[in-house]
Amino acid sequence: MKTDPAGVLTGVHYLDGDFACGEGAMAAGCRFVAGYPITPSTEVVERISARFPMIGGTFIQMEDELASMAAVVGASWTGTKSMTVTSGPGFSLMMENIGLAAMMETPCVVVNVQRGGPSTGLPTMVGQGDMMQARWGSHGDYELIAMSPQSPQEAFNLTIDAFNLSETYRVPVMFMMDECVGHMTEKVVIPPADEIEVVPRRLTDKKPADFLPYRLDGAIVPEFARAGDGYRFHTTGLTHDERGYPVMSVECQEWNVHHLMDKIRLNAEQIVRVEEEQVEGAEVVVIAYGITARVTRTAIDMARRDGLKVGFLRLIVVWPFPERRIRELAGRVKAFVVPEINYGQISLEVERCAAGRAATRHVPHGGGGVHDPSSIYNAIVGAVK
Amino acid sequence: MSAVTSRSEIPVPEHPIAPFLRMDRIPHIWCPTCGIGTVVKCFATALEGSALDLDKVAIVSGIGCTGRVAGYMKLDAFHTTHGRAIPFATGLKLGRPELQVTVFSGDGDLSGIGGNHFIHAARRNIDLMVVLVNNFIYAMTGGQNAPTTPLTARSSTMPYGNFEYPFNLPRLAATCGATYVARWTCLHIRRLTKSFSEALHRKGFRFIEVITPCATLYSRLNRLGTGLDLMRFYHDHAEIRHGADLRDLEIAFQDRIVCGKFLDEERPTFSEMKDAHYGKVLGDRYRPMPPEGGWIHA
Repeated sequence: MKTDPAGVLTGVHYLDGDFACGEGAMAAGCRFVAGYPITPSTEVVERISARFPMIGGTFIQMEDELASMAAVVGASWTGTKSMTVTSGPGFSLMMENIGLAAMMETPCVVVNVQRGGPSTGLPTMVGQGDMMQARWGSHGDYELIAMSPQSPQEAFNLTIDAFNLSETYRVPVMFMMDECVGHMTEKVVIPPADEIEVVPRRLTDKKPADFLPYRLDGAIVPEFARAGDGYRFHTTGLTHDERGYPVMSVECQEWNVHHLMDKIRLNAEQIVRVEEEQVEGAEVVVIAYGITARVTRTAIDMARRDGLKVGFLRLIVVWPFPERRIRELAGRVKAFVVPEINYGQISLEVERCAAGRAATRHVPHGGGGVHDPSSIYNAIVGAVK
Repeated sequence: MSAVTSRSEIPVPEHPIAPFLRMDRIPHIWCPTCGIGTVVKCFATALEGSALDLDKVAIVSGIGCTGRVAGYMKLDAFHTTHGRAIPFATGLKLGRPELQVTVFSGDGDLSGIGGNHFIHAARRNIDLMVVLVNNFIYAMTGGQNAPTTPLTARSSTMPYGNFEYPFNLPRLAATCGATYVARWTCLHIRRLTKSFSEALHRKGFRFIEVITPCATLYSRLNRLGTGLDLMRFYHDHAEIRHGADLRDLEIAFQDRIVCGKFLDEERPTFSEMKDAHYGKVLGDRYRPMPPEGGWIHA
């Protein structure tokens, strides 16, 4: 369905990635945001707190990131689309209630504008070191979705997609920006509201007596009842059955957690999104995401000028990982080159999928800046040999 | 079998609060002589007499013995993470302002791990009724020391007696900005029920502390006898002093427990402040969150 025009600032703008992400959230119909100030993400909520009063939204600056994430999960159970925004240290605090959102199957979006870590690290400078934390950060087994934009325009577009995916699969979606994209100012085109498709909450039309909050009935996710609609349902972070009641048993754990995994794993091919360029016939494929994808283009141009056959695969959805595609390519290429602003995270995933059939060369960067394209170029040249 | 002895023909009247409970989850997990069930009974009785639309009443609990209360109430009910019941409830209330949201949790959950949320929700005057059941100990995990354990009382992590100062919770709540503050023990069922009834019809951050016996841990570790002995202790040592000086509400080990209503005042809530302020500075441009929630598109 089409979005609420109230939140859509149609026009051509000159925005940084943080502002564009905030505009994307409002265009997607987000009307509740809870957050705690943290560099370099705060501009997202500054934009939202300036515009929300005019579009019927509520922003609240909570006392910490634990509370921010808990409030987002609570608000989402009213059916109001909800989001929080943070960076590394706050992302760590949010892990507790990201797990709750996963367990309760609560649609919501968590924006992480990544900076250098660990700990307080480099508050004002770029990093991509939270990619594995996004996937594995909360305890126990669960699946979720993570995306990574490379530009302010994409920050706008993908934030809408993040909300839509969170509704379709009833998962928290990690929106993994980085400081460079967050603070980069570029042209952003916001289309008219009637061109923006949004996925509505899958509200049940069953009578309260017939409704069970976690009954699947063959669907990907259960139907949803909002708090206040008379269903008087129960939900919990404990292992629960289809009534939403705690059941402490091996069988219920298997039923409950298996579903959390399956709803993403069995639909991974629908969720996965990559952008490919000259991959066919390539000897080496460079895999990158976020700001590093843009630096990579320069390195690839350099290599192609040398006559090297280099393909480019950009991860737009990072989790679930495009396993099938990497496996296919591993049988055809000599090597994957994986530059990222960390000491080896997504490169490990590439290596796992390549399973020894193609080499994987990681190009590390400790954070605080982007790669010198020549470091990626050198890795490409080395991989071709 | 004669008709006279057929049990199926003996009518069993429904318990008066059964409609407020998930009877398919009874029996509950609480120990014999635990006080939490009594507090639930008082809350349900207050709801019954409240004339509130129960479809719009939600309950949120954290983790622990009292954290299980949400699981037994036949309302929209949320059993959340340890300490986060108040921020979760804040999201629920602000996401759909027409809801009447009650937080029901324990002393460790709300004043220990959730202490930061407690003080800030009171400061903002978020429109929540917060029921804190205080058994002086972390009971679910085996009787560890709590921020409420009285000085010298034993806990499983203070086996030689507690030397940390405990919170005076009514004073904390009032100082941070709560608009309604009361304390009872679970012996005071009539007065506690009245407090619930009153608070359900107030606005803002309403705080009710209920002292309850934990015979399994607190009482056993401190050799205080059975749950019934603790109830007798409440009977002999509770002092009802409405409007008492908040500084006099500290609880010493096996000493008097001052009960009563200490605060009942009106102060605009977070949402009322927001609406009034934006209405003033933004005028017609301000669009408040609709009572039924944000843009729902259904």
